Amino acid sequence: MISIHLILFLAFGAVALAGAINLLAQTHPINSALSLIAVMAALAGEYLLLGAEFVAAVQVIVYAGAVMVLFVFVIMLLNAGVEEHTKGSRVAVIFGIPGVLISSILVAWTVLQHSGTEEVAVGALPGAPKTIGVLLFHGFLLPFEITSILILIAIMGAVVLASKPPTGPPAASPAGGPRKVD
Amino acid sequence: MVPLSYYLVLSAILFACGVTGFLIKRNIITIFMSIELMLNGVNLSFVAFAAHWHALAGQVFVFFVMVVAAAEATVGLAIIIAVYRTRETLNVDQVNLLKL
Repeated sequence: MISIHLILFLAFGAVALAGAINLLAQTHPINSALSLIAVMAALAGEYLLLGAEFVAAVQVIVYAGAVMVLFVFVIMLLNAGVEEHTKGSRVAVIFGIPGVLISSILVAWTVLQHSGTEEVAVGALPGAPKTIGVLLFHGFLLPFEITSILILIAIMGAVVLASKPPTGPPAASPAGGPRKVD
Repeated sequence: MVPLSYYLVLSAILFACGVTGFLIKRNIITIFMSIELMLNGVNLSFVAFAAHWHALAGQVFVFFVMVVAAAEATVGLAIIIAVYRTRETLNVDQVNLLKL
């Protein structure tokens, strides 16, 4: 018996898998970034199937929206081109892909061996924003506050790292072009 | 009704794809995107286990993972910009010295 949930799971999973493999196959970073956006959108569909509405919305807004926009922005800012391969990267391909294939097949086989009859029902979990918010601001209040401090530090670190060094030899930076902003 | 193990297998495969990208990619931005792919695979495991055990804390954990990933992406991309400013390259094979 094939339920509509299983069909939806397989469809979203196929999209996520195709996006992940396309991320590996593409050589230009912008194509990889778009594949990653497809993976994240498909995963948002999986979260909806699991009844996690809030997580699905946050996945689309924060991950596929904000974080990936940042990635695409940096790719365009740095004018990243097609990556060139060296001898070391070919060694990584030769040893990396079979190793990862073997390990992922092993993990999948182990999980499928030890899977009982437990099943995940769609919508069995109340993942509404209200319940998440109540849990977040009661049980997880201290981690939430610590996370806000983490974000503050990340903002300051990003500004410090990405800003130009104030003192530098002015003659030693002949590379002009797009950097003549200020 | 979808078995829990299907979700775990999909999560493991996504994580493995992320590890593969981390190993074989030479562009530093693509390597960074592979890390994001690994985080997404782990998030799927979290949500599947939360739905299985009826524990809403798993979804809160996913929320925290997303926040940390956003902070990590911010700082990491700033570091990438700083590296590109000094090295003029994004290839990690050419960024092999601590000192210029």
